[in-house]
Amino acid sequence: MKPHDETLLLDTPFAAGVRRACQLQDWGHWKGYATPNAYEDVEQEYFALRNAAGVFDLSPMTKYRIGGPDAGAFLNRLLTRDVGKIGPGRVGYCVWCDDAGMVLDDGTLFHLSEGDYRLCAQERCLDWLHWSALGFDVDIQDETAAVAALAVQGPTSCAALRALGLDGMQDLKPFALRSFAFDGGELLASRTGFTGDLGYELWTAPDHAQALWDALFKAGRDYLIRPIGMAALDLARIEAGFIQAGEDFVPADQVLRPGRGRSPFELGLDWLVDFGKGPFTGRSALLRERQRGSRFRFVKLDVQGDKPAADSFILNKSGKVVGHVTSAAWCPSAKRNLALASLQMPWGRPDDALYAEIYYSRELHWTRLKARCKVIEGPLWDPPRRRQTPAPDF
Amino acid sequence: MMKQYDAIVIGAGHNGLCNAAYLAKAGLDVLVLERNPHIGGASVSRELYPGWTYSNCSYVCSLLRPEISRDLELPKHGLQVVPYHGGVTFTQDGDYFGNYPDEERQLREMARHSPRDASAHQRFEVDVMKQTRLIRQFLLKTPPDPTSFKPRELKGLLELAAAFTELGEEGLLDTLRFWTLSIGDFLDEYFETDVIKAHMSGSGIIGTALGVYSPGTAYVLLHHYMGEVDGSVGAWGFARGGMGAVANALASSFLAHGGEILCAADVRRIIVEKGRAVGVALANGDEHRAGIVVSNLDPKRTFLQCFDAGDLPAEVRTRAKNFKIRGSSGKLNIALDGLPTFPALPKHSPLVLADMHFSDSLARLERAYDDWKAGTWSQDPYLDMLIPSTVDPTMAPPGKHMMTVFVQYCPPTLASGPWTPEARAAFGQTVIDQIAQYSPDFKSLILDCEVRTPKELEDEVGLTEGNIFQGELTFDQLLFNRPFPGYAQYRGPLPGLYLCGSGTHPGGGVMAAPGANAAREILRDLRRPNTVPPGYPND
Repeated sequence: MKPHDETLLLDTPFAAGVRRACQLQDWGHWKGYATPNAYEDVEQEYFALRNAAGVFDLSPMTKYRIGGPDAGAFLNRLLTRDVGKIGPGRVGYCVWCDDAGMVLDDGTLFHLSEGDYRLCAQERCLDWLHWSALGFDVDIQDETAAVAALAVQGPTSCAALRALGLDGMQDLKPFALRSFAFDGGELLASRTGFTGDLGYELWTAPDHAQALWDALFKAGRDYLIRPIGMAALDLARIEAGFIQAGEDFVPADQVLRPGRGRSPFELGLDWLVDFGKGPFTGRSALLRERQRGSRFRFVKLDVQGDKPAADSFILNKSGKVVGHVTSAAWCPSAKRNLALASLQMPWGRPDDALYAEIYYSRELHWTRLKARCKVIEGPLWDPPRRRQTPAPDF
Repeated sequence: MMKQYDAIVIGAGHNGLCNAAYLAKAGLDVLVLERNPHIGGASVSRELYPGWTYSNCSYVCSLLRPEISRDLELPKHGLQVVPYHGGVTFTQDGDYFGNYPDEERQLREMARHSPRDASAHQRFEVDVMKQTRLIRQFLLKTPPDPTSFKPRELKGLLELAAAFTELGEEGLLDTLRFWTLSIGDFLDEYFETDVIKAHMSGSGIIGTALGVYSPGTAYVLLHHYMGEVDGSVGAWGFARGGMGAVANALASSFLAHGGEILCAADVRRIIVEKGRAVGVALANGDEHRAGIVVSNLDPKRTFLQCFDAGDLPAEVRTRAKNFKIRGSSGKLNIALDGLPTFPALPKHSPLVLADMHFSDSLARLERAYDDWKAGTWSQDPYLDMLIPSTVDPTMAPPGKHMMTVFVQYCPPTLASGPWTPEARAAFGQTVIDQIAQYSPDFKSLILDCEVRTPKELEDEVGLTEGNIFQGELTFDQLLFNRPFPGYAQYRGPLPGLYLCGSGTHPGGGVMAAPGANAAREILRDLRRPNTVPPGYPND
């Protein structure tokens, strides 16, 4: 009999530091954990990410440890990309689909050491992993609570981590992993993140969490480091054009109404689908889609004016609804009014005339706006430091 | 000269009253006749012990159609439904499974038993909700006649076909499986933990003379998931003041539309003249006449007990005879001197506000059914136990509590012969002993206990064999087969005769939908404007 737990909302391993820093008491929930929406000031937190370094407690993120003789083969069957190309010490962004080719979730696969993997996901999928593993000799464990994690993101993130004592951090390549000794234990660092900028993620056992928090903020003080909440992170990820499960698509296993799921192609993730690698879940359906065409196109839109187009319908020239916005924000660094949108095919071609129907209020006076939208090709926020190795100091 | 009514409704249960209210709303002169001195049928609350209100049949509310509640202004007539959340199944080793209302806490509690089950629960909920969405759109509709080529029937069949087509090929196949699968087999496809499966399976057998591994019980689970409280699909609530509040509000609405209710009026016979139902004869010799007669009684009772044999086609009597309406459940209503404690639960656990159960494996539930098949009550029964007074302050004096215990399985007659007061007491004791195993102070708190077997349900409420749904909710008795083929559109075999009870589509559970659907068909036949609202869109 395992002990009862009547706690309504859990604390992460960093709770002591997080609670001390969260002066606004603006708490949200993330997978059952108390998580700050903002610590002090969303704007300053966002600019820490783009101008200095922001620290985000991502411990609640769902994490699965996958090992065993067939781990690589199993993951190659599960994920749409070629897992064989993610060598030990490397990380890969990936999606996985159901048999209808609809995306269940996106996440990152950490190849910790030969045949030993960590899959980080937005949604819980233990049930799906187990069913998919039928016939494979693999061991799958939910290690969400066993791993404490911080994202350290922004131009001074590398310098701050070096000040923390992580020597040689500047040589870590994007999507690479490296292990450091810390606090008498192990600290794993990966050059990954959800902000589209230079940044790292740190992984350790919960026992070392408090020491890590304290040491990081001490070492990072001169590099203008500060904790950031969900609101600032969301703004940064929209600016970077990153999609989020539950916001920009509905995970296929949560879809009630037929046709509401999205394929990787319909989310602009074509580059993650590798038909050449052999069988994977959803392959036949995706091949069919490739031949017959997709139903939707996922686009980044530059929306005229400065009113965020959250939840807006997207109209064509004749006023017909051709899609809707899934995420939107005024992007303070890119200086664009960005909307991520799901459009019916064939809309979303570079020269399509599209309009966002925006409602906004000024002193309870509501205005309806038809704002012209332009399809953005390529990333909107992509500073060179994101890819530079050695990483710059700021 | 005897008064001639436009319509007589036999039985003041919630469906009879709902039907009558819609007929009265259309301007008809309607008389409702009730055998008991009180109204309500199985949606009734009575003060059988001074200071305590017993909802002595139905005890929780979810399926009552919100369209009807709003349209007949039931809140104005005194109905308030307060949601309750969660549930708990105690295990024999002193542990429990708590079904917490908070999603994350529930997930953690499931993961305490099995991390995999916690993850599978989402798939389970989505799959059940898909089926729920399919059936919900037909609750306030008359089932189409699949043998007819009339435009109206074809339209209905097309709607049905469209709903199924919307599911897609795979969804359609899933639905066919779901409607015929056992709840045990269904749950086995999701969960690995005994207690979680046992907890989830209860909704699949309640009110049904089938075991957890009997085909068709997965649908019964759906029947308990398709209701709502304030748009929260699948939620359940307490009617403030007990389930009698539902019937009382419907009666008040009916009276406000000019209707008339006569209690202690025991209908013995539906009078047939020139092949048409023209009125009723009471046990006391009185007769009442009307243009139409609507029966809120179950199909078996209506066709086999309320007619002279020669008045009905032989086919109808045969079908009624073969109609499956087996009693499977009993009920204990208990006045308590205080709140019983459950040592397995942490202090102040919210789970005492929830539905409580003591069957921790499907194997135990299946054995409980075996007893019923052998003609006795389950020696280790399945209980659905609630303490409404933890939420509703009107049910018991302050600090005291009222407990409602639904008990399955309990046969309509015993292998040894008819029910006796001694057998009934022994049945009650079996239930009390089971609860006391998990709550040591429970027995000492009992001030009064009303024990009801299917016999009491039949004798007092009139439900044949004490079946709470007026007929089992199996695929062969659903949609256009409810109560039986050819009579699923609320019209009886004679002109002027209609059925409006839970024995018709969409079945039991205090939905009031059969009553409303029947009213729509009656008004159509009478060429009166329809007063029954359409269902909310299923978007």
